Amino acid sequence: MTDPRRPLLSIEHLSIGFPNEQDGAMLPVVRDSSFTVDRNEVVGLVGESGSGKTQTAMSVLRLTKPPGRVLNGRILLDGDDILQMNDNQLRQVRGRRAAMIFQSPRTSLNPLMTAGKQVGRIYERHQRMSGKAADEAALEMLRRVGIAGPARVAASYPHQLSGGMAQRVMIAMMLACGPELLIADEPTTGLDVTIQAQIFELIQEIQQETQMALLLITHDLGVIAEVCQRVVVMQLGRIVEIAPVKTLFDDPVHPYTRRLIGSILRPDLDVLPPSGRGVDYPPVPLNTGGMAYQAVSVDAWRSAKVGRPEMLEVAPGHLVLAHEVGRSDDSVENPAESGVERTAEEAVA
Amino acid sequence: MSPEPILTVDNLEQRFKTPGGLVYAVNGVSFQIAAGESVGLVGESGSGKSTIAKSIVRLNEPTSGSIVYRGRDITRISDGEMRPLRSKLQMVFQDPTLSLNPRLTVRQTLSEPLKLHKIAGGKADLNAHLNRLMDLVNLERFYLDRRPGQLSGGQRQRVGIARAIATQPEFIVLDEPTSSLDMSIRISIIELLRNLQREMGLAYLFISHDLSTVRYLCSRVIVLYLGQIVEEGTVEEIFANPLHPYTRALLSAVPIPDPALRSSRNRIVLPGETPHLTHPIVGCPLADRCPYVEPSHREGRIPMIDVGPGGHRVACLLYQEGSDVAAPDIGEAA
Repeated sequence: MTDPRRPLLSIEHLSIGFPNEQDGAMLPVVRDSSFTVDRNEVVGLVGESGSGKTQTAMSVLRLTKPPGRVLNGRILLDGDDILQMNDNQLRQVRGRRAAMIFQSPRTSLNPLMTAGKQVGRIYERHQRMSGKAADEAALEMLRRVGIAGPARVAASYPHQLSGGMAQRVMIAMMLACGPELLIADEPTTGLDVTIQAQIFELIQEIQQETQMALLLITHDLGVIAEVCQRVVVMQLGRIVEIAPVKTLFDDPVHPYTRRLIGSILRPDLDVLPPSGRGVDYPPVPLNTGGMAYQAVSVDAWRSAKVGRPEMLEVAPGHLVLAHEVGRSDDSVENPAESGVERTAEEAVA
Repeated sequence: MSPEPILTVDNLEQRFKTPGGLVYAVNGVSFQIAAGESVGLVGESGSGKSTIAKSIVRLNEPTSGSIVYRGRDITRISDGEMRPLRSKLQMVFQDPTLSLNPRLTVRQTLSEPLKLHKIAGGKADLNAHLNRLMDLVNLERFYLDRRPGQLSGGQRQRVGIARAIATQPEFIVLDEPTSSLDMSIRISIIELLRNLQREMGLAYLFISHDLSTVRYLCSRVIVLYLGQIVEEGTVEEIFANPLHPYTRALLSAVPIPDPALRSSRNRIVLPGETPHLTHPIVGCPLADRCPYVEPSHREGRIPMIDVGPGGHRVACLLYQEGSDVAAPDIGEAA
């Protein structure tokens, strides 16, 4: 069943909607989004509030909160469409094959159960261990996620734990499941910087050891740069760019990505970003196969009078949301040159 | 630093009574801010940075110590005595959604301090002031008749800033003014703050856990840990030559948005967590997490010593008084 050439997670043309308060019409919060995560790959999903990144992530485990729902698309986990599964099949997926850790660990843990019991329950359920064996396995797992006094933490209720400690407990629960895919939604937001460093180091260590795939949702480009291999950028419910991490930082194409990369303040360099920030970057012209396209910021579509958007591959593995704007002027190029050429680069820089 | 500080905080102590007992939030903090100077106060949760900010604008009454503004001790003066000083000493809060009255239009919000402090006279004068404020914070004038609910987060914070500068202050406490904003908006607010500081000659105490922003906006940095200053100095010195093991860990923990540097980074991860401040601290506050701790570091109070140019000072027994002190090779310790 497992095909190593097939991506572990493949999201195809996903749209998610929530009903509008006035008339109940479904408003899309995620529109026509497609991307993949390979085995042993760390993919970052980056965007600002309202970009749809969390909704995209939640839908992978079918955690979209009603009345919101998936309107369209497929979510394939190793070839199996999660959206078509019945409850029983879904239970087999959640935790075992794909698990998720959330932004606020303390509120995602059960407040009425000690940390040790919550980790132990996973061993009881998933590995059919006896209560005592599960308790011991839980202690061992808490030790493995770097908790110095595992017995004390195991006996604690979530409200007695610090944010960093609670996140370690979440990670221990997730590890006890042994998933192939981990989705981490802002796992360190709200934690102190030095604790954040500890948690990321732990997540990376575990990822490398278990070779699980990691989909990391964050708004922090520093985290993206340090942890991810590939990046998916979302703006207002649309994926606007997908690129290997280095390409994204060195050579962003979409105006929104350019704006994000252009607003980076670096803690390590005395270089100030150029002035005039907060302004929109102009549309980027792109030419391919004799057709001219433009990459236009999602919030500027209406005024830009452009056609239907599509993801255009501007280099291998580098996709940009672009709109067809007619025939390219330099369409008389060498037909062997099928690649996309970026023009007027200087005009946008 | 000029010899004439506008703000002097001397040996500030703040303890709170909580159901769990006393919390020792601020423990003997002293610093000065000169006119027109922008000082960053950095630290993690529990470091006491917000408590210090609140004490300065008198939202807290300190347990002991003093706050002297322009030669006048304002630590325990009455609200009535404080009122004339309020116009000179302002604050911008973390979350503009919470700090702006949702029922008031921008015009009403901004008119209030102008009338209260008798800055604007008649209606025409008031309008002129309002228009000028909107221009200063780069907001279109038609937003004057909107309410906070009709504004974006960035626009709301611009209104919060406009309110703070309405009284032509000389000193503003900025309590994490950008941490609730999205990154592409954050930079424009930081830029606005920087321009205002230059144009109006403002002094800032900028409270933040975001070191990149501090580096961009401030000329001097004070690093707090568990309610004590562990290091202070110019931005150049602190970022180029951090000495205290805590400062070094803090700086190295910040993720750098440059994938090319990924493998070359030398991260110092301190073990453990920030302890709760339920007991007075004896000795170095970092002792339980520091890889260099020695028994003698757990005694008395660690003095601040001068270690480098531009008033670079550190409270750490690994160093001796003098200039051009280099940090030990902390490397992969911890």
